[in-house]
Amino acid sequence: MNARTVLVLLDTPATELRSPALEILTLARGLGRVEAVALEAPSLETLAQLGTYGVEHVRQAELALDDPEQRHRPPVVAAALARAVEVAGADVVLLTSSFVTKEVAAHLAHATGAGLVVDAVGVTATDDGHVVGAKTAFAGTWETECEVTTDVAVLTVRANAVVPAPAGTTVETQVAGFPVEPDAAATAVRTRSRAVHPTTGGRPDLAEAATVVAGGRGTDGDFGPVLDLADALGAAVGASRDAVFEGWFDEFVGQTGVSVAPRLYIGAGISGAPHHRGGMQSSQVVVAVNNDPECPLFEISDFAVVGDLADVLPQAAAAIRAHRQDGA
Amino acid sequence: MRIVVAVKYVPDIQSERGFADGRVERVPDDGTLNELDENALEAALSLVEALGEEERAASEVVALTVGGPDAAAAVRKAFQLGVDRGVLVSDDAIAGSDYAGTAAVLAAAVRRLEQDGPVDLVLAGMAALDGLGSVVPSFVAAELGRPHLAFADRLEVDAAAGTARATCDVGHVSEELEAPLPAVVSVSDHINQPRFPNFRLIMAARGKPVEQWSLADVGLDPSRVGEAGARTRTVRAEPRPERPEAEVVVDKGDGGTALAEFLIRNELV
Ligand SMILES: Cc1cc2nc3c(=O)[nH]c(=O)nc-3n(C[C@H](O)[C@H](O)[C@H](O)COP(=O)(O)OP(=O)(O)OC[C@H]3O[C@@H](n4cnc5c(N)ncnc54)[C@H](O)[C@@H]3O)c2cc1C
Ligand SMILES: Nc1ncnc2c1ncn2[C@@H]1O[C@H](COP(=O)(O)O)[C@@H](O)[C@H]1O
Repeated sequence: MNARTVLVLLDTPATELRSPALEILTLARGLGRVEAVALEAPSLETLAQLGTYGVEHVRQAELALDDPEQRHRPPVVAAALARAVEVAGADVVLLTSSFVTKEVAAHLAHATGAGLVVDAVGVTATDDGHVVGAKTAFAGTWETECEVTTDVAVLTVRANAVVPAPAGTTVETQVAGFPVEPDAAATAVRTRSRAVHPTTGGRPDLAEAATVVAGGRGTDGDFGPVLDLADALGAAVGASRDAVFEGWFDEFVGQTGVSVAPRLYIGAGISGAPHHRGGMQSSQVVVAVNNDPECPLFEISDFAVVGDLADVLPQAAAAIRAHRQDGA
Repeated sequence: MRIVVAVKYVPDIQSERGFADGRVERVPDDGTLNELDENALEAALSLVEALGEEERAASEVVALTVGGPDAAAAVRKAFQLGVDRGVLVSDDAIAGSDYAGTAAVLAAAVRRLEQDGPVDLVLAGMAALDGLGSVVPSFVAAELGRPHLAFADRLEVDAAAGTARATCDVGHVSEELEAPLPAVVSVSDHINQPRFPNFRLIMAARGKPVEQWSLADVGLDPSRVGEAGARTRTVRAEPRPERPEAEVVVDKGDGGTALAEFLIRNELV
């Protein structure tokens, strides 16, 4: 039954695989035989991780490019994946879900004629072999399933869709190169500059974190209490768009910002506008702290504190630290 | 300079949104121009306004939408913001299109517009607030075989040099990219502050016709679009069970402790 070949694009092969990549490797195993695709040489750490996830083959693209910076361009990545689909005879391609991978996925689907599902929160197959992506819609208020009717399926999968689980047995992972010659259209855009800024303060990445603490206009510019609680919880920090537009923080949660679906989301001084909710409503547990008992975020919360975040958050952070110490 | 702006008619984000028979339910009059496409319209209008008088007179901004008959409202809203021309591609055969089908129609309409002269830029929003796919512009670019600058926070066009330059900031990466024209650019909501329609434009918009094109008008084979051409289909759509009502604590000096206790009790710490 598992005659399918599933390709998984590795986002960070040169360092180590992050949770979203391990999550899609886990999902891929449920669909068929898994191979990984990398655009750079995998590190020893990555190879060891792939081994524990039961992946025997990594296909590493050897890109013929005049400008090596072009390897980041979505149409170039898509060209490599399209070639990998051909050489591996693959039926499914899984990618993590971000604005960049969605662009890759669109170019890939166009090149291969594949059906595309973006932002899946689960991937399964029907009895007659079609791949199905589970999705949420309308700010997480609806659950849908989208079936791919073509031979090749491309899906981007949101972080925290599943808990990453290594395979029962560890295998030896081999790397094999395959040549890719992106065409002129794929390399038409020139990169004049490119800068990568990692998450500040050594905190988890907002898009991937299992716990998120977000601050809004109610912080009045002081993110101190938000950072304090986040650090007590080991959480990622986010904001509302208004708080980012004010210059108080650098990343916001929402439909046009980062979509998050963590185990725990805490929103402080955030009213819960539909645009914001659209990017966090799929969180498992929602906690809100707001001095307005009528704030809309309370409507979708599991736990709500009516109060001033400047008092509530530090007290909660201290209590959590005390609890941790007791436990240790 | 000729710019086509792809604008989508979507259910209002404040309205009760849902599915019927696997498709987004379109409640008459509950729709609106996708807010994020206002950023694309603003970008187009301000690019043209920055040109010299002569070039400006020779320029055109066209709003283009693919949708049902209601979607003309999105084009009328674009008229109120100041676009010169508006086209709605509507055809029974388009219903049920997926991203690829929608993009094929948009691309075919751009080609049809090119019968009246070259199109330098196709602008789009970063996402449609109904499906939040953020993929249609990439498909349109691929379909037209044109370069795509995605999620531009800043856009400069040098018509003489034939280039578009954009600054894009997604994830943890900032890039400055340059594409030869003609190109496709999707803009982020950081790029500008969309204008409000003024009285003069609202009056002028009344007289502007929304051109209606069928699939045949854009020269597209019906088998490529709609349900016939779709490579995906929604097989299940159900409202998510409502969350039980929140446990509410009013802070009387121990709200933070109560919050910590809730987290500890639910093994979230
Ligand atoms: C096209 C478009 C896209 C958008 N996309 C996004 C998006 O992706 N993400 C996003 O977040 N927004 C987005 N927005 C903006 C969104 O509509 C809201 O304006 C925004 O989310 C509001 O931010 P806020 O909750 O911080 O501010 P407000 O709505 O002003 O809420 C502040 C809250 O803080 C509370 N408060 C004040 N003081 C305190 C205190 N001391 N202690 C506790 N609570 C306090 C208030 O009661 C209030 O509820 C978008 C808007 C548009 C037009
Ligand atoms: N049916 C449509 N008609 C016109 N433009 C569209 C349509 N669908 C998507 N677009 C454009 O593509 C952008 C991204 O849409 P999406 O990929 O659906 O999130 C939108 O902001 C529009 O600019």
